[in-house]
Amino acid sequence: MIITKQKDIEDLLNALGDGPIFIAGCSACATLCHTGSEKEVLAMKEVLEKKNLKISGWVVLDPACHLQNDKRLLRSHKKELEESKVVMALSCGNGIQTLSEILDIRIVAGTDTLFLGEIKHASEFEERCVMCGECIVDLFGFCPIARCPKSMLNGPCEGVKNGKCEVDPEMDCVWHLIYEHLKEIGHLEVLEVIQPPKDWSISAGRGNKWKI
Amino acid sequence: MEDMKSGSNLEKILAKGSFAITAEIGPPKGSDPNVIKRKGELLRGYADAFNVTDNQTAVTRMSSMAACDILQGMGLEPVMQMTCRDRNRIALQSDVLGASALGIKNILCLTGDHQSFGNHPSARGVYDIDSVQLIQALKIMREGRFLSGDRILSGANKIFIGAAANPYAEAYAGICRLEKKLMAGAEFIQTQSIFSIDGFEEWMKEVRSKNLHKKVHILAGITPLKSIVMAEHMKNGVPGTFIPEEIIVKMKNARDPKKEGCKIALETIEEVKNIDGVHGIHITAVFWEESVPSLVKESGFLPRPK
Repeated sequence: MIITKQKDIEDLLNALGDGPIFIAGCSACATLCHTGSEKEVLAMKEVLEKKNLKISGWVVLDPACHLQNDKRLLRSHKKELEESKVVMALSCGNGIQTLSEILDIRIVAGTDTLFLGEIKHASEFEERCVMCGECIVDLFGFCPIARCPKSMLNGPCEGVKNGKCEVDPEMDCVWHLIYEHLKEIGHLEVLEVIQPPKDWSISAGRGNKWKI
Repeated sequence: MEDMKSGSNLEKILAKGSFAITAEIGPPKGSDPNVIKRKGELLRGYADAFNVTDNQTAVTRMSSMAACDILQGMGLEPVMQMTCRDRNRIALQSDVLGASALGIKNILCLTGDHQSFGNHPSARGVYDIDSVQLIQALKIMREGRFLSGDRILSGANKIFIGAAANPYAEAYAGICRLEKKLMAGAEFIQTQSIFSIDGFEEWMKEVRSKNLHKKVHILAGITPLKSIVMAEHMKNGVPGTFIPEEIIVKMKNARDPKKEGCKIALETIEEVKNIDGVHGIHITAVFWEESVPSLVKESGFLPRPK
């Protein structure tokens, strides 16, 4: 899932300027992150109205990254959008751009998009994948590209201490997890093989396209 | 000496079976070449080659290659350290070509301290390849090709390939990584600083049991502690360092901490030089290069072989 967090409200007020403001949430990841469900959209509406900003309307897109669904849903908000000076998007960076594609109105991102990760608990998330384009998790069980701050492919650096990462002592060293996993399934020999340099030409972050 | 990989002084001494000494020279946080020259002059004759760090602890300093070149100009042999933190495979290989063109013959391959520890914590870390893959790259380049397989068109990259090892690393981070580095092509190993002889001996026992000491030259890391502040900083703040409590206590109780630090270093040298499989020492006197000459002299390592 794409993990998002709401931006600081003071920064948002500065970015928004004058209303009327249209608020768009998202039914998918942002809903699970508590950043873009109906609840957060209405809470944002209330906060902004208390600051004497006019809210022209709101919607929870289903999901915001779906271009055709967005077009369909926004049709019924045509009038509200026409009178809006700015749209606040409570979705991930993808949803915000899908809105940019459809609307000719200034859009303010209400969230920061953090990473692709796991919902550990209802309000706790951890990074799991950097979408490198060539999954190697089957080798290790856990991804060193996403979860090692140095993306080390050939075992841990020497900073690992009691199974924790040198960069963040609260974080498990992914190579510790990999070692324990491989030991459990009886495949420690995987650690002896030199992994070649990664092919970054197929990774995310290059304006990729994909057609089935 | 026909099968020399680089013909460097360090390689020759190790190949002869002599006990090698390397010492670290940290480049300045500035561009004054005299800082390097002063340190070089101070250490001249006391080590066989001089490691020049590559923006150590991720603090921006004079580039390793430039400092190496200054040392070479003085007739001193450098070991150029290269980390994978700041350069992708294009830049790393380009710098290997540049280093070879300048006559640099020893390169130590490191992944590098994470940028969050340095003076630009918001920098983007590169980590395109890791230290094991950098070792591979150097070996492939020595054979006339780039990592991609493309041919190198001129010159020879005669590099003596080095890597680091941590005798105190956790099981899965220790010997397995060392074996991979050997497999990749490492020819000499400089270890993390040794403060616990027991731990180091245990590690060496495992190294010997796998016959690794016959395949690679191991230089044991020695760091004279300058003060209790430094000892505690190394213990708590420098990744991969292990300093036992008894050393901390010794430093804390010392009337002259500098003297005590040197005494501990001398004792450590005395112990490690008699351990089977140790082929030399690597002295990392962090911002205390002045301590190196007496350590080398009092350990009976003078004069250095030609």
